[in-house]
Amino acid sequence: MSTVQPTRPWVATTADRVRDGLIFVVSIAISYGLVAATPLKGKLAYFFTFFAILTLANGLNGFLRYGFAAAKDAAIKTLVGVGALLTVMPIASILATVISKGYKGIKPNLFTQDMSLATPTDPLNNGGILHAISGTLILVFLSLIMSVPLGILTALYLTEIKGRFSKPIKFLVQAMSGVPSIVAGLFILSAVLYPITKGYSGFMGALALTILMIPTVARTSEEVLNLIPQDLREAGTALGGTQWRTVAMIVLPAARSGLITAMILGVARIAGETAPLLLLTGGGDKVNGNPFHDPIGSLPYYIWKSFNAGSEEAITRAWAGLLVLVVLILILFTTARFLSTRKVSR
Amino acid sequence: MSSLSARGIHAWFGKHHALEDISLDFAPGTVTALIGPSGCGKSTFIRTLNRMHEFIPSAAMAGEVLLDGKDVYAPGTDVTKIRLQIGMVFQKPNPFPSMTIGENVLSGLKLAQLKVDNKDDLLEECLERAGLWKEVKDRLGAHGGSLSGGQQQRLCIARALAVKPQVLLMDEPCSALDPGSTLRIEETIRHLSESMTIVIVTHNMQQAARVSDHTAFFLSDGGPGHMVEFAPTNEIFSRPKDKRTEDYVTGRFG
Ligand SMILES: Nc1ncnc2c1ncn2[C@@H]1O[C@H](COP(=O)(O)OP(=O)(O)O)[C@@H](O)[C@H]1O
Ligand SMILES: [Mg+2]
Repeated sequence: MSTVQPTRPWVATTADRVRDGLIFVVSIAISYGLVAATPLKGKLAYFFTFFAILTLANGLNGFLRYGFAAAKDAAIKTLVGVGALLTVMPIASILATVISKGYKGIKPNLFTQDMSLATPTDPLNNGGILHAISGTLILVFLSLIMSVPLGILTALYLTEIKGRFSKPIKFLVQAMSGVPSIVAGLFILSAVLYPITKGYSGFMGALALTILMIPTVARTSEEVLNLIPQDLREAGTALGGTQWRTVAMIVLPAARSGLITAMILGVARIAGETAPLLLLTGGGDKVNGNPFHDPIGSLPYYIWKSFNAGSEEAITRAWAGLLVLVVLILILFTTARFLSTRKVSR
Repeated sequence: MSSLSARGIHAWFGKHHALEDISLDFAPGTVTALIGPSGCGKSTFIRTLNRMHEFIPSAAMAGEVLLDGKDVYAPGTDVTKIRLQIGMVFQKPNPFPSMTIGENVLSGLKLAQLKVDNKDDLLEECLERAGLWKEVKDRLGAHGGSLSGGQQQRLCIARALAVKPQVLLMDEPCSALDPGSTLRIEETIRHLSESMTIVIVTHNMQQAARVSDHTAFFLSDGGPGHMVEFAPTNEIFSRPKDKRTEDYVTGRFG
């Protein structure tokens, strides 16, 4: 009696893997030799010769083993892999730069002190960016609570009410998403700050950020709400719900994770925004918990200011600020993702 | 039990005249089947009965729908009240995705802001009447989407029952389901008809024959859909008066 062993003939064998690895290594070697032997220079040259050779080598390997179709398959696979790699490389490179230059500035005092008693040339164990972190959090929070309701209501007007003004509003929202941030800043400066409040404050900055954030939230929410099947709206109405109750109890909960994504994209749009903050928040080196009075710091402002100060310590501080900003945005993203994918349960 | 009748119903989508002069009486406690080829206006017709027709932006209509003698289209009528009295089950099962099984059944109460004394009793009663209680009583907290298609459709029936409608409209409720689930739902329909008036659209002749007391045959020959014949179901199937009805029920066209 023979027992049948389970096999997985569609999975690459160890021999296959070794061969692929060898092709990879040999490609590197050949491209290195090629670049050395010809007048080609620089990292970019290595990169492109390597991928050209890898594509060819994989294609040739496929051809020798299984024929023309396999050759095409292998070559295209390599190209797609390269494409994906090319996309991630700038991001990885940015991250690597920020981390390698910023980590020197990460000291405990960075998170407990502000810059009110330190000068840009002070050693790194004096002064910190508490004022900038708290300022950025306050600005993001204020913009969030102003732009999310407005953005979602706009989206609801476009998808649920579909009123007479849908077309012009859609057009305006699209046009608004192209507004340069400096224009939003100047608008608040001339329309609110000069004539009314006459002083820098976090709220002024948040107003400008809200202008930038609304179109992102509105457009993404609109797309998400359009994906909710019409069936559900009809079912809610057929059960005797008014349109408002149907939207509130069925459409919005069904779109919940998508709406949270809309919020994340909105925050991503504004968290690193600098130009309007330079015009409106006044910076400031002291922790200021009151967004309605007095200048308020923020990470982008701090980074800009530190780079401008020019001293070696200040530039390290700027990189540390960048690192903190990147990590902060990463934390916001992960939290939002976590909230949006968590299963609703009782 | 309420009586429902349609008087001279026409319907349009923009300029397209989709339905012409339908008059039908639905006797209390009966099941009426609407049959006819695709596109003859069956869905459009039942959607005029609970005023879902007006959901479509280009829609227009003419005629009266009398619920206990009162026109549901009369000015000043509260549409949401009408839809509470005339419930609806759709072709594709559509449980609310953000809600559990239990919440789905009781969703109508929340949507229409109704109060009941004992929600648990109502929940059990509705699921029992929809023939689903035994299968889901231990997993009321699970998501509606975790049920099979047939179970989801019975969940939608239970959901429609929770607001205590007098009339239940069903638009091809079994067309997306397997034969087993179809039989369960037909059983459910027979039970429900003891206490309410049911209108069901179906493409399945055997189903019409099995569940309905009366059958209306709709047809559109190029122009707007109209009603060719309306009679007790056994007459429609055994001795139809109109040649076109005979051709359709015997499967010669459509
Ligand atoms: N939303 C709509 N917009 C425009 N025309 C429609 C719409 N729904 C249905 N119609 C038209 O109305 C006619 C009747 O359709 P329907 O009532 O769905 O038929 P049935 O349910 O009998 O298959 C068809 O000609 C169809 O094209
Ligand atoms: Mg139909």
